[in-house]
Amino acid sequence: MQAKWEVFYDKFIVYDGWQTVVDGLIATLQIAVSGLLIGIVLGTLIAAVKVVPKTNFVAKFLSVICDIYVGFFRGTPIVVQLLIGYFVLFPALGVQLKALNAAIAIFGMNSGAYISEIMRSGIQSVDGGQLEAARAVGLSFSVSMVKVVIPQAIKNILPTLGNEFIVLIKETSVASFITVVDLTKAFKDIASSNYEYIIPYLMLALVYLVLVIIITLGIKLLERRLAVVDRSR
Amino acid sequence: MIEVVNLKKVYGKLTVLDNISEKINAGEKVAIIGPSGSGKSTFLRCLNCLEDPTAGSIFFEGKDLADLSVNINLSRRHIGMVFQQFNLFNNKSVLDNIAMAPILVAKEERRKALRHNFAVSVSNIFSKKKKAKCAVRKKDDIKKEAYDNAMRLLKRIGLEEKAKNYPSTLSGGQKQRIAIVRALAMNPKVMLFDEPTSALDPEMVGEVLDLIKQVADEGMTMVIVTHEMGFAREVADRVLFMDKGQIIEQGSPDELFNHPKHPRLVEFLSKVL
Repeated sequence: MQAKWEVFYDKFIVYDGWQTVVDGLIATLQIAVSGLLIGIVLGTLIAAVKVVPKTNFVAKFLSVICDIYVGFFRGTPIVVQLLIGYFVLFPALGVQLKALNAAIAIFGMNSGAYISEIMRSGIQSVDGGQLEAARAVGLSFSVSMVKVVIPQAIKNILPTLGNEFIVLIKETSVASFITVVDLTKAFKDIASSNYEYIIPYLMLALVYLVLVIIITLGIKLLERRLAVVDRSR
Repeated sequence: MIEVVNLKKVYGKLTVLDNISEKINAGEKVAIIGPSGSGKSTFLRCLNCLEDPTAGSIFFEGKDLADLSVNINLSRRHIGMVFQQFNLFNNKSVLDNIAMAPILVAKEERRKALRHNFAVSVSNIFSKKKKAKCAVRKKDDIKKEAYDNAMRLLKRIGLEEKAKNYPSTLSGGQKQRIAIVRALAMNPKVMLFDEPTSALDPEMVGEVLDLIKQVADEGMTMVIVTHEMGFAREVADRVLFMDKGQIIEQGSPDELFNHPKHPRLVEFLSKVL
């Protein structure tokens, strides 16, 4: 074991392996955070399309498009989506993206599909009277949604949304399929450089674990902050 | 003020409102009574198109609200509504509940004025006849005025110390009184009350009815759906009795309560009085 530690120490400190790991960590966080933000925006838009009463052709058409979108992203593995996106779709569209940005876009679209369903259930969990009251004072549907319904929906779905963020962080470990150097890839490089796997991979697990614990705590704090409307002063 | 012409509302096969025509005059206080399922709440909710009528017209200030090309939001700003379940915005403090809509509406008008002024300044470049620009209010002024007005309304109902609280911490009576002043904050021309006391503890009914009475005494036009017969008798100028989607009898409270003619109304009153 002593020897294994020395090998790891050599690679990690002496040969600047930590630099790659830090870069990988930053890449992982970039993908997860940006992906989540894109996902929230996309998911909210899709959920809005789904909850609008389908009275005319445009609403029905958009709804079908959203169904197809959600169906595709929930029905295929993220690795496949990454491969198709990076090697097929983006080149075919003539979009030149760095691997990292492509990963952000695809993880964003992927989590958008999941968050749309979370958001829809959140919007539907808000009492219908809230929207009615906002409409009754003369606010438009979209303003009523943005000012009254969606803030309450987000409060209701915060635990689920946190869960989605955690899943997203862990899923980014497959980003190296499209040549992104993320946390997993960084440790993998350290391990395969001298065929000593135990310590790098346990370290890798530990880093993910710590990340997830920090996020869990953050969400708890946020929940408590938002629960202020349920408390008396 | 509001004129309803041949209003019809159908859910699937169930006809909830059957060809109602009715007129509500300015300054009038109209109470609607009737058994549950008679369509009185639906009728009230059709007046500001919270329920879309299946057929017929609702004229308010010369505009047909049932016509989809009419901007319903502009009309609704002049029609206050109070709900049975209060429906205060749970994510807003009491003060924001009252001030939010006036602020948003004033900001929208401000944006409209800015757009108008921009168009005027462009056209002034090309034409010799200079058009005047319209005044644009400052954002701070809008907010200050709305919050001052909200505070004034809260003082009026004696709840100014609750301004920063959230609705979940208030009693039913307090919530409903705030819901009423929230509607008043928009300076409506008509107020619609949908069973305003039905979800309240008996103890709190009085304070809400007192406030409604005050508003009535100030000359507000009102339509009230209610089960409080005593209140209807006291406040209303005219009482409508609805059953099975139709107004089957109407008249002054004295006529209706003391000399009912229609057998269905006689039966109804014998049960509730």
